[in-house]
Amino acid sequence: MQEYLIIIISAVLINNIVLSQFLGICPFLGVSKKLSASLGMGGAVSFVLVLAGALTWAVQTYLLNPFKIGYLQTIAFILIIAALVQFVEMVMKKYSPPLYKALGIYLPLITTNCAVLGVAIINIQKEYTFGKVMAHSLSHAAGFTLALVLMSGIRERMEDADIPESMQGTPIALVIAALMSMAFLGFSGLI
Amino acid sequence: MSLINEFTKGVIKENPLFRLMLGCCPSLAITTSVENGLGMGAAFTGVLIASNIAISAMRNIIPDNVRIPVYVVIIASFVTMTDQLMHAFTPALYTALGIFIPLIVVNCIILGRAEAFANKNPIIPSVFDALGMGVGFTLALVIVSTFREVLGAGTFYGMQVLPETAPAILMILPPGGFITLGCLLGLMNKLQKKTA
Repeated sequence: MQEYLIIIISAVLINNIVLSQFLGICPFLGVSKKLSASLGMGGAVSFVLVLAGALTWAVQTYLLNPFKIGYLQTIAFILIIAALVQFVEMVMKKYSPPLYKALGIYLPLITTNCAVLGVAIINIQKEYTFGKVMAHSLSHAAGFTLALVLMSGIRERMEDADIPESMQGTPIALVIAALMSMAFLGFSGLI
Repeated sequence: MSLINEFTKGVIKENPLFRLMLGCCPSLAITTSVENGLGMGAAFTGVLIASNIAISAMRNIIPDNVRIPVYVVIIASFVTMTDQLMHAFTPALYTALGIFIPLIVVNCIILGRAEAFANKNPIIPSVFDALGMGVGFTLALVIVSTFREVLGAGTFYGMQVLPETAPAILMILPPGGFITLGCLLGLMNKLQKKTA
């Protein structure tokens, strides 16, 4: 149990996927202007990230390892993720139109989200068991959503701020991210 | 003449990192030292040139509806080759860049160039386009990593340049990456406004 707790705390706070591992920066900067949009993006990424974590682990353990074709990892994983995103999109469209409407525009973007592929590869590198893979993926998904929601909260407040013209937009967002990342460094003493 | 244009537009006018804001993940994560920045830039340029050549050569064969999956598979194959080559010949760099070598697959610049340039143009211009974008991205990585390495470790490409007192370690930690890129972007905007 303790091992799981360590995985969860370190993935959500200490090694936060956006603020300390630099994965998934594009949606973090692109979709963090509105709180509702960032919640939607966080939800969509979490969903795909956890499913992809489970699937890629299964493929690595039951397909790539027995046949000793581990070098095909990158190709296999990116295909799984692309197919999964497509599949999730189709299922959602059919069975849950409201959810599809809410997440629809974000779904295709997720294929090229490095957070999903990154977590899948880290899962394999750390040689986790299935339970730990699920804990690790879930907590990274939570960490991503947390960072995105915090960021959009700050950016909504920044709307009224008087920012020098050349720093508006992405540059100031990056500086805010730096301050957030500094704050998250404070968690590194937790474990 | 137009070939030179294809080359220079990637370096300055459409610099992938500073102007188009593509490929920010590796440019924040591995720019802790100039050596890593150069290595990443070289690996990236290699993959981009190879994938641009392959996609441009096959542009008339690939059916339009399935072009994105085809591009992804082509890019993933070249990334796997680069990964294996670096593992064999530059093990130190391979360990330093770690997970970011396989992650070249999802670097939006490569897919973006395939979609925006290589599938409409013959091979030779595509090579120059890839070279320009690759050099532009490498240059951007080197600039960011120069700031971070000099301020954060007091060295440049491993050589001591600042006196060995306490360097600002923060600059080579994650926050340093964000703040360097943010300030550089602001500076670029300011400079551009002056010339325009």
